[in-house]
Amino acid sequence: MKSSVITFPGSNCDRDMDVALKKFGFKNKMVWHQDVELPKSDLVVLPGGFSYGDYLRCGSMASKSKIMQSVINFANSGGMVMGICNGFQILVETGLVPGVLLRNKYLEFICKNVFVKISDKDNNYFKNINNNLLELHIAHNEGNYFCTNDQLKEIEDNTQVAINYCNREGKVEETFNPNGSIKNIAGIFNKEKNVLGMMPHPERMIDPSLSGEDGSLFFKNLINNLK
Amino acid sequence: MKISVVITLKKDVLDPQGKVIHQALDGMGFNDVNEVRQGKYFEIDTKETNPKKAKDEVEEMCKKLLANLVIENYKIIDAQ
Repeated sequence: MKSSVITFPGSNCDRDMDVALKKFGFKNKMVWHQDVELPKSDLVVLPGGFSYGDYLRCGSMASKSKIMQSVINFANSGGMVMGICNGFQILVETGLVPGVLLRNKYLEFICKNVFVKISDKDNNYFKNINNNLLELHIAHNEGNYFCTNDQLKEIEDNTQVAINYCNREGKVEETFNPNGSIKNIAGIFNKEKNVLGMMPHPERMIDPSLSGEDGSLFFKNLINNLK
Repeated sequence: MKISVVITLKKDVLDPQGKVIHQALDGMGFNDVNEVRQGKYFEIDTKETNPKKAKDEVEEMCKKLLANLVIENYKIIDAQ
């Protein structure tokens, strides 16, 4: 399986993602934001970080960079595109997934482990995964998912919510919402579910001695789904 | 010519920074403030000399980059 990770100026989780993808069997290529063409890929990842220093709005500048037109075309032709953290912010700015990510409700940068409930398994990202919960890491200042009421209705009608913040028992309640996101939304799909944007970082949970292994579960399952 | 644009958050969008600024103002003794909403201001100096064309172009810029229309409104406030 071939993957591509796009590096923007200010990306800082691109190499972590490269390590994670390779660990679970992807042949990964790093792609520079000024490149025009994507290498042949089964999965394209927009990594976390602070592309363009978060100028204007997080992800807004990166969403207009040269490579993004190819990423958008790839996604529109059914290709798997995953945006993590800043990558999620870039995805919402391209319009590939609905909504926006606002500043965290309590104005603090949040860096901690959270539990997320997998809300939909009818897609290539979470299909066949045994767990209903994952413990993953979040590190962001703008992860407060927001959309209009009309968009929310559409997202829910199409079961586009991928993961919700919850507690270790899987309860999705406001108390376990770290950043003020509508309905505890931590990740969403596009309508066709080939594009996934999420705030948590699975690539940070691939080593039991450093963090945890729930990221490993995610990547192992993902590559099996793509085979 | 120079075009000035103001971008503001839509009414229903939470503005935590505005809230904190409001609280700070209140603490400083400015107790009459009902609400504070923070926005962005841009000055765009363009080669275009026709005011109508320049405004139209800046409007395109607002729609495509400067504002995110899910949460923000834009208003061209000045052209000179």
